[in-house]
Formats: sequence, C-alpha cells, structure tokens
Amino acid sequence: MSAEMSPPRSAVGAPPQGGAASGPAKPVPPRPLDASTPLAQRRGLLLGTRGWTVVLAALVLFVAVVPVLNLWVPAGSALHVSDYTVSLAGKILCYAICALAMDLIWGYTGILSLGHGLFFALGGYGMGMYLMRQIGRDGQYKADLPDFMVFLNWKELPWHWALSDSFVAQLLLVVLVPGLLAGVFGWFAFRSRIKGVYFSIITQAMTFAAMLLFFRNETGFGGNNGFTDFKRILGIPIATGEMRVFLFALTGATLVGFYLMARAIVNSKFGRVLQAIRDAETRVMFTGYNPLAYKLAIWTLSAVMCAVAGALYVPQVGIINPGEMSPAASIEIAIWAAVGGRATLIGPIVGAFFVNGAKSWFTVAFPEFWLYFLGALFIAVTLFLPDGIVGLFKKVTEKKQ
Amino acid sequence: MSKRILCALVALMAWLGMAPAHALTPEQAGKIAAGDSDDRVAALNERVAAGDADLVPFVQALLDDAVKTAGGKAYVTVDGKTVLAGAGTPATAPADAEDAVNNNRMRRELEAALAALGLFAKDTAARAKAIEGLKDGVDEAKLPLIEKALAAEADAGLKAQLALLRAKALIGSAEPAKRIAAAQALAASPDPATRSLLLEQQGAESDPAVKAALAAALDRVQGTLAWGERLGLLFTGISLGSVLLLAALGLAITYGLMGVINMAHGELMMIGAYATYVVQNLFRSHLPGAFDWYIAAAIPASFLAAALVGAVLERGVIRWLYGRPLETLLATWGISLMLMQAVRSLFGAQNVAVENPGWLSGGLQVLPNLVLPYNRLAILVFAGLVLAGMALLISRTRLGLFVRGVTQNRRMASCVGVDTARVDTQAFALGAGIAGLAGCALSQIGNVGPDLGQGYIVDSFMVVVLGGVGQLAGTVVAGLGLGVLAKLLEGWQGAVLAKIMVLVFIVVFIQKRPQGLFAVKGRSAEA
Repeated sequence: MSAEMSPPRSAVGAPPQGGAASGPAKPVPPRPLDASTPLAQRRGLLLGTRGWTVVLAALVLFVAVVPVLNLWVPAGSALHVSDYTVSLAGKILCYAICALAMDLIWGYTGILSLGHGLFFALGGYGMGMYLMRQIGRDGQYKADLPDFMVFLNWKELPWHWALSDSFVAQLLLVVLVPGLLAGVFGWFAFRSRIKGVYFSIITQAMTFAAMLLFFRNETGFGGNNGFTDFKRILGIPIATGEMRVFLFALTGATLVGFYLMARAIVNSKFGRVLQAIRDAETRVMFTGYNPLAYKLAIWTLSAVMCAVAGALYVPQVGIINPGEMSPAASIEIAIWAAVGGRATLIGPIVGAFFVNGAKSWFTVAFPEFWLYFLGALFIAVTLFLPDGIVGLFKKVTEKKQ
Repeated sequence: MSKRILCALVALMAWLGMAPAHALTPEQAGKIAAGDSDDRVAALNERVAAGDADLVPFVQALLDDAVKTAGGKAYVTVDGKTVLAGAGTPATAPADAEDAVNNNRMRRELEAALAALGLFAKDTAARAKAIEGLKDGVDEAKLPLIEKALAAEADAGLKAQLALLRAKALIGSAEPAKRIAAAQALAASPDPATRSLLLEQQGAESDPAVKAALAAALDRVQGTLAWGERLGLLFTGISLGSVLLLAALGLAITYGLMGVINMAHGELMMIGAYATYVVQNLFRSHLPGAFDWYIAAAIPASFLAAALVGAVLERGVIRWLYGRPLETLLATWGISLMLMQAVRSLFGAQNVAVENPGWLSGGLQVLPNLVLPYNRLAILVFAGLVLAGMALLISRTRLGLFVRGVTQNRRMASCVGVDTARVDTQAFALGAGIAGLAGCALSQIGNVGPDLGQGYIVDSFMVVVLGGVGQLAGTVVAGLGLGVLAKLLEGWQGAVLAKIMVLVFIVVFIQKRPQGLFAVKGRSAEA
C-alpha cells in the first residue's frame, strides 16, 4: 500500500510538460479532461445538434455517398471514387476502430496497451477461419480441408476448427475469444495492480508470445503464411466491387456505432470513474471505488472492439498472418491515438486516417523515408503535441477567439 | 605437382636404405597393382599389416593413376621418370603395359591403407591424425597393424588412443575373453562413437558373460555422455544468460535506476555491433597484420559510439519526457525506428559479416561430446567484467554516487550542488554505452543486421522486470536464470514453445511479485 501512495509525478521532478499547454493560473492536471463541451449540455443528449449533424453526415458518407460514387458514377467522372480509394479507406476505417478502442483504454483510463494488435489479429483469424472454409474445394488441392492443412498432410480439422463452418458461430468466436483472453489476462494483471509501464511491457510480451505461437504450423492457423485466397463469404463471391463497397459501408457504420457507444460510455458515470482512475487511481480507491471492475470492463470492451475491427479487416484485405501480432503493429495503434489526440473521441479516428494516409503515400512516393517519418512522428507528437492534432486544432481556434 | 615431388623424394629416401627386410618386392607391387580386386586388396592389406613404409609412395602413385602394369610388375611414372615399383630402379615400361585401373572399392582400400600407414609416420601430429582417421572404420583385420604401431609408439597420449583403437578392433573378435577385455577397455573412452559401437555389439552378442561386460561398459559410457549433455545444456543456458545479462545491464541503468523506458535500447546494441563491423573493416584494409586484435579497438569504439548516440538522445528527446514513462516509451520507439532505418540507409538492409578474430574461433574440448566455443566463453568472461566494472562504477566512483543520489532524491541532490541534468545525461550515456558493448559481444556470435536489436528488446526488458527495478543483483540472477530456463525448456519442448513458456512464466511471476525478484522496499519501487 505504501508504494501506492507516492505521488506518481513528483518523484522524478524534471519539467512535466514540453509545451505551454496549460495557463499559469490554474493548477496543472496531468491531462485536461474532455472539455470540448460543457458537462450540462451533454447530460441526456449524447451530442449537441452540431455533433449529431456530423455523425449523421459521416454515416451518409460511408453508407450512401461513397458506394454511389464508386459503383454508379462512371470512372471518367471527377466525382468517381476509385476502387483503390475505397479499399484503402475501408482498411483505414478498421484501423480507426482500433484507435478508438485504444483511446478508451489509454486516453480515458490511462492504461497503455501494447498488445491490442493481438486482439485485432484474433478477430481477424476468427473471421479468416470461416472464410477459409468457404473456399470449399476451390483451393489449390481441390480438397475439403484448407490448403495449408492438406500441405501439412492433416486428415481432419483440428478441434478448434469445429465451428468454422458456421458463420454465426465464428462471429461469436470473434467476440468471445479475444474477450475471454482479455478478461482473464486483465483480471490477473489488474488484480495484482500491475500498471503503467509494467502493464505495457507485459501486454507486449503477450502479443509477442502469441505471434511466436501462431508462426508455428502445428498451431493450426496456417503458420507464417496465415490465411489468404478467400473466395466467398456466405456463398457470395468476395472479390467483387459490390462486396468491397458493402464491406466498406459496414465498416463505416460500425465505426459510427462504436463512436456513439464510446461517447455514451465516456459521458456516463462509468466513464467519469474511468477518467478519475486515469488521473489519480489511489484517490479513486480511497473514495471507495474498486478500480478492478472498471478497468477490467473497459479493457475487455476495448479488446472486443479491436477484434471486431479485425474481423471486418480480413475480408477487405484478403489476408491475415501473424505479422499483425508483432509488437510493432500494436505500438502503431497507440501512435494513431496519440497523433490524433488522446482523450478525445474524434482524435483517434483523425489520427488513424492521418498516419495511414501518410503511410500509403510515403510507401509509394518515398519508401526509404517512411520509417524516418513515422519515427519522427512518434517523437514530435510526444514532445510537442501531447494532445495531438485535435489538441492543436483546438488551440488554434481558441487563440482566434 | 609439389605432392608428386614429395612422393618422389620419399620414394628416393626409402630406396636409399630403409628397412630393407620388409621392403616391397616388385612381385608384391605387381600383385597390388593388377589382377582381381579381391586379390589386390588381400595383397595390399598384407603389406599394410606389415607396416611397410615403402608402400606409401606406391599407394600414392596408384591413387594418382601414375602406375602401369605389365607381366606381373608395376611401373611408376613420376615427373617423367619411370621406375620399377618395389625395386626403385629406373626402367621402361613395356609397350604393352596397361594403366593400373582402380575402381571405387580399390580406391577406398588404397585411401584406407594410406591412412593406416600414417600410424608409422615420423611426425606426431600425422600419427594422431592417422589414429583419428582409423577410429570409425576399424576392424579385426587392422589388428596386426595397430599392434605393431602400439609397440612402436613412444608418445603416451597416442599410446592410450592406440590401445583404445585395439579394443575397438578386438570387440569383434571371435574369442569371448578378448571381447570382454575389449569392452572393459572401451568403457574408458566415453564418446558417441563408442556408445554406438557398444550398442551395436550388444545387439549382436550371444555370450552372456560378454553381454554383461558390454552392458557394464555401456552404462559407464552413457553415464559420462549424459553428463556431457547436461553440462552442454547448462553451458548454452549460461551463455544465453550472459548475453541476456549484457543486453539487460544497460537497461538496468537507464530503466532500473533512471526509470526511463528506452525502447531504442536494442538499437543502441545494434549501433555497437555496427561500430565493431566498421572497426573490423578498418583493420582489414589498413592494419591486416593486427586483424586478430581488432576487437581490442572495437570494444571502446562500440562503447563510445553507442554512448554518444545515447547522450544525444537524452539531451534531445528523453530529457523532456522525465516523469511521463508512457510517452517516453513511444518516443524511444520512434527513435528506434529511425535508427534502424538510418542503419539500413548507411549499410544496406542485408546482414553484414563480422568475423571472429582467430583466437576466438574454435573451442575448448572438455568432454568428447562437449565443446565450449571460445567466443561464447569470451562473452561469458566479458559479461562478468562489464558487470564488475559497472558495479564498481556505481558503488565507488563520484559519478556512481551522483547517479544514486539523483535517483534517490533528485531535489536534495540538486540542493547540495549536484548538476542533476548533467548526471542524467552521463548516466544515460553510460547505459547506452553498455548496450554498445553488448552489441559488440553479440557481433561475435550472431548476425549483425538492422534488426539485431529487435530480437533482444523484449527479452532484456523481461530480465530487468523480473530481476526487479534498480537491482543489479536481480538483473544478474534474472538474466542467467532466464537463459538457463529457456535452454532447459528448449531441450524439452523446442525453441518456440520454450520462448512462449518463458514469457508466460514471467507474466505469472509478475502476478506474484510485481516488483521483481529483489524488490526494493519503499517509494522508489513504484515504477
């Protein structure tokens, strides 16, 4: 207990923040609360009128505008949205869901997970198993079993593939397996009050171990090639323009749904406790709350969100392999949230689009410099933009006023 | 060509008067050179068993296809001069002489004969080599030869090896008593070849007494071999542990003492390894004579290179993030990406070759099945030295005092006049420099490439976390312990599962003891 009581920041008393984010008069909270709109306005109403307009506009954009512009506007037209753009945007929407999930656990609860890539990949593998079975006899070996099993000379499906024929069952697994893993892992970790950097490093070890496990052929998930060559989903061919747009719209709608859910969570009493845990966990405990249940709930929810993103990602990208579990992939999720702005809900979405947009531009235009840019982004954001792009935007607009 | 000249010289010396009683006669030479393969082999083995030194140049000539035969006599042509084999007198081969043709079997026999005749060579090393060569294919037919060599041998070590060879030849003998004696003799030589020989004999043996003797011998051999395997496993474990220790020692300063999560630690190791590579190349191009000692220059170079980068990082980035460990983690991750890409731009994405100096290649043979490579032994010693140096530095020097003071109470240290900012930089540079040393060591046993550091970062954090933050002793125990544990599990379940089990073990362990093996009581333990 005694260790708990030491104030976290005074022990190492170097300059706390790089920029001049906080004014001289008010006491410096470690990170400002979500102060975008007054609390009273948000009671009852999830969003203000402007907020709802934006959300609705986004939904219409994802579900109606982009599909129409892609499918029915002719390719020569200036308004046409190319297939490439749709698939890239669909992929980034999945990343945005991950970043949102990361924001709930990191931005609002102060727990940095470096293992979210694992949940993303597990969701993807859950969906991938179903898609592999949907290939049927159209694979290279014209066999009932997935190709990699034929290649390994397996005669029947391993036990964990028992439900892979059923779409509904696999969808359940997509949610349940990562949820269960996160629940068990989180319960053990939070119960022993592992936090801060310790927790981050342990989650990194977790995803690293899982990556090694999935690299093994014996694990039954296709080894380092993973799953690919999907043919159809629910009997419908997967590599068509319509399916691409449908999956894009579905992902967009999911993101909007998750955003509203996250909004509801952060504004609820539950969300307030989460932010209190972030800012001063010991004080929350002294006021009679047990942080374990709160942390565990948001941690598991965040993991499940990532898993759903993974399940949406795989049919769009057409491949899933253990590379998604590498520690680097998980850290990137954190950087999306950080670049966009933690503890704002729109920030992580902006960040995911900004970083991944930059990535797809850089890797085509200057492949040599992508890692320099990404590295510099990590440093610049932590040093100069603790509140990310959204924070910068707010600062600029506030100054104007 | 020089081989032939040598052969000719040897032939000449032989002819000038060595052991005429046993000398090869032209008839015998003819029998060896031509005729039915079985007869030729018999003739050859008869001469080999006699330990006839004259045979060497002749067998060599046969292998070189420099022999012609006619009328039961063999003619050797070396450097354009033809002599009658066995007599050594200059002669001209008859016009109808045919080339002595050796089929594969004959060639094998000839080579074996040549090897066996090496037992009588003048040079001790050559004799040792001949014994080594005979080890695997010895049978009772070679017995007279071995007996003869044993009688003539003066060197005690070689004599023992010859006795062993005799036992191996005798194990297939027709007389049970001889077989028992041979089994008892073999028990004294624990190596994997003896084990398989004994196992083979045990299967074929029918005499119960001999069978018992074989079983007893086998037990002894297997007992010793098992020890060799266990010790070998232990050594690889300790060796891995020493590598982990080296990788973690730098972290013990930057993370353990200063509380900075440095995800670029692995890349600082990589810088050390590349510094070693550069020094190696400089030595190769400018000082090829001193190449074996490039490592002496590479050690300080790798330390300085990594320490310099570390100091720059601390001044430029990390300084501004003290007290915000999660941000430090992300920023240093960014630094690691940039460093990796920088190395790729400078040296290419491929691994580069760092060569061991001559005195680090090879190994120390402890048991027949246990060789300790010199480079791994050197790293073990090196890790010990670095550890001792670091412990002294922290406990005895002014810098160490300042570092401890600043870690324990920054404000108080500042009040009594310690330049805390400077101490931070120095301490961080020190940790980075030690990472560079670890990289220098790693370059001697593994690949040097841009990804070198990535493989160690998770492991070395695990060592520090397991050992307990701020604890050198914990780091040592955790490093060595994890290394041995990993290798033990590896022997049991394979490398990947072993790694997973170790990670799971650490996760579970942290549950029980969140502050590591050697927890510090009090406030500084809070990460």
